[in-house]
Amino acid sequence: MQETWIILGATSSMARAFVREVAAKGASVLLCGRDMADLRALAADAHLRGAPDSVAMAFDARKPETFGPIIERARGIDGMLSAAVFVGSMPPQSAIDADPALIDGTVTDSYTGPARFLHMLAPLLEARGTGRVIGVGSVAGDRGRLPNYVYGSSKAGFHAYLSGLRNRLGRSGVHVLTVKPGVIDTAMTWGLPGIRGAALPEDAAAAMLKAADRRRNVVYVPGKWRIIMTVIRLIPEPLFKKLKI
Amino acid sequence: MTWNDIEITGWGRARRSRAEVARPERRQPLASLSGEGPAIGMRRSYGDGMQNGGGRLIDMTRLDRLLEFDATTGHLRVEAGAQIGDLARIFAPQGWLPAVMPGTGFATIGGAIANDVHGKNHHTVGSFGQHVAAIRLIRNGKTRDVTPDKDPDLFRATVGGLGQTGIIAEAVLKLMPTKGDLMMVTERRVADWDEHVELLERSTAPYSVGWIDATATGDRLGRGILEEGETGTGLVPKRGAGRKVPFDAPHFALSSPVVRLFNAAYWRRVPASGRTVVKPISDFFFPLDRIRDWNRLYGKRGFHQFQCVVPPENVDRLRDMLAQIADAGIASPLSVLKRMGPGRGGMLSFPMEGFTLAVDFPNRPGAAALIEVLNGMTEAAGGRVYFAKDALLRPERVAGMYPELAAWRAEVARADPEGRMQTDLTRRLKLRG
Repeated sequence: MQETWIILGATSSMARAFVREVAAKGASVLLCGRDMADLRALAADAHLRGAPDSVAMAFDARKPETFGPIIERARGIDGMLSAAVFVGSMPPQSAIDADPALIDGTVTDSYTGPARFLHMLAPLLEARGTGRVIGVGSVAGDRGRLPNYVYGSSKAGFHAYLSGLRNRLGRSGVHVLTVKPGVIDTAMTWGLPGIRGAALPEDAAAAMLKAADRRRNVVYVPGKWRIIMTVIRLIPEPLFKKLKI
Repeated sequence: MTWNDIEITGWGRARRSRAEVARPERRQPLASLSGEGPAIGMRRSYGDGMQNGGGRLIDMTRLDRLLEFDATTGHLRVEAGAQIGDLARIFAPQGWLPAVMPGTGFATIGGAIANDVHGKNHHTVGSFGQHVAAIRLIRNGKTRDVTPDKDPDLFRATVGGLGQTGIIAEAVLKLMPTKGDLMMVTERRVADWDEHVELLERSTAPYSVGWIDATATGDRLGRGILEEGETGTGLVPKRGAGRKVPFDAPHFALSSPVVRLFNAAYWRRVPASGRTVVKPISDFFFPLDRIRDWNRLYGKRGFHQFQCVVPPENVDRLRDMLAQIADAGIASPLSVLKRMGPGRGGMLSFPMEGFTLAVDFPNRPGAAALIEVLNGMTEAAGGRVYFAKDALLRPERVAGMYPELAAWRAEVARADPEGRMQTDLTRRLKLRG
C-alpha cells in the first residue's frame, strides 16, 4: 500500500533527513511548515530521491487556520496516511525569564499546536485503520531542569499527549511512537557552548524510522540517552532542586 | 543567524585557524550572509582553502537539495552543498552519472566548481567546470545566474576561482549517461616508470589511474598498479559498512618502515598476470571514502599532499621527482599518476595537457623542504601546482604557473571589491594581488 507521510516542521534538519529516508523507500510526502520556498526545494529533493508525490503546504503551529487545508488534502489521498511531527521552539531560558509571554509561544509550538493538529487528523487515521504517527519530543521533557525548563515542560506535555493518543489510536490499528532526541547537530544546537558528541540528523532519522517500523512505543535517539535520562529522573528531588545540570 | 567559533582545518590537518562559522539550513539567509565571508563545503581540500583565520565562514553543507532533473538531457539543478557521491549514488541506477568526479564523494558541488576538480577520466571528458551549464552566484545580497554564454568572464573566474566571486548557491550540472552503477576494472602490475607512462598513454579506457609505490627505488622506480575502468551494469553483493578511524594514530603509525611494507603488500594484491574485477561505482571512484576519517592515520601533525601537472614532453621530470622523494626517505603511502587532457573550465584551473602526479607526505620534519623542491621542479618543467592540495607553495611561483592570474584578479576585483571572500589560501599566495 502506498504510504504518504504528513511532515510538520519539514524544514528542520531532523525532518529533512527523515523526509529523505522515507522518500528513498518510495513513500509520498506532504511537507508542512512556514518557509514555502524552502519547502518547495525540499519537495523537489524528496521527489528526485524517490517520493512518487511530494507537495509543500503552509503550516504554522500558532495559526490553526493552516491546519484545516492540510487535513482536507490528506482526506483526498489514497493509501496509508502517516504523520511525523518535528515542530517545536526553544528560546533561550534567559529570554523567557526576561519576557514570560514567550512561554505561550513555546508551549504552542511544541505542544498545543501539534496536539491540536493530531487531534484533527486522528479520525482520518482511525477510519483507515492503518498508518503511524511519530511525535518528536525531547529528553528535556523527562524532567524540568534549570537550563531549559519551559521548553522541557512543553515537551513533557507533548509526551503525555502522545501517550494518550497511542492508547486511543492503537485500538484502531494505528501506531504512535514517541521519540526523545538528545543532543542533535542542528540549527537549534549550533553555536551553543559546551555541546559535545551531537548526533547527526541522518542517524536520528534512520533510528526513528526503524523504531516506527518495529512498532516501538518510546525511543531515545541516540539510544544512550535512555540511560542518561533514567539516571537524571532517579535523582531525588531534594537533591535535584539544587543542581544546575 | 548563530555564529559558532570553531577551529577549521582542511583534510591534511597540517594547517588550522579559528573562524566564526554560520551554517544556514534555509536559503533565505544567504543574501544577508553574502558579505560576511567565504563559503565552504565539506573541507576536503588538503590545505587552507577553506580557512579564514579570525574572520567568518559560511558552511553550505546543509543546503544540499536536488531541485530539478531533466531525464532527457541529464541536466540536474542542485544546491551547492550537495555531495558528489550522493549524486552518483542516486542517479547511477537511473543511468546518469556526474561526468567528472574527484577522489572523494564527500566533496560538495560548490567545492567542485571552486576548484574545477578533475577525475580519472580527465583526458576524455575534461574538468568539472566544463560540465556546468549555469551557476547561481550570490554577491553583496544580489543573486545572479551566471552561464558561459551570457557572462563568460565571470563564469571562468568562478570555475576554479576558489569562491572569490561570491557564494555559489546552486548550479546546473550536465550529467553523463552511464550503463549502470558498476565499474568493470582491469588492474595490472606495472614494473617501472616507463611502463607506467606508456600504458597510460596507450590506454583507451574511459577511466584510468596509476597507483605508484613511491618507496620503490632504482630500476623499480615508478612501479605500481594501473587501473582502467568503464561503467557497466549488473549485480554485486552488498558491502558491509565501512570503517572509521576513531582517534589520531600515533606518529609512528605511518612511519617509513610501515609504509614500505604496506606499499610492497599493496603491489602484490594484484596477481602478476593482472585481473578484471567488477566493483560498485563508489568503490572505484572514492576508494578511501569507506574508511571514514582516514586522515587521522597520519596523527595529530597531519600530512601534506603535493600534486602537480607537467606537459607531456616533460613527463620524465615526474620520475625525477619520484627519485627525489625516494631519496629523501619520507615514505609516502599514496602516490597517484594520471593522464590529463587540455580541458579546463576557468582562468585559475589546474589541468593542462600532460601528466599529473599526486603524493601524500606525513607532516614530518623535512616534508616541507622536500615539497618546496618539488614545487621548484614543477615550475622549471612548465607545470603547475594544484591549489586544492597545496599548503606550502611560495607566492612568487604562482604567476608563472597560472598565466591568466591577472585577468582573474581583475574579474574578482569587480565581483568582490572589498576582498570579503578572501581565505587563508588566497592571502598566503597573494592571489588577489
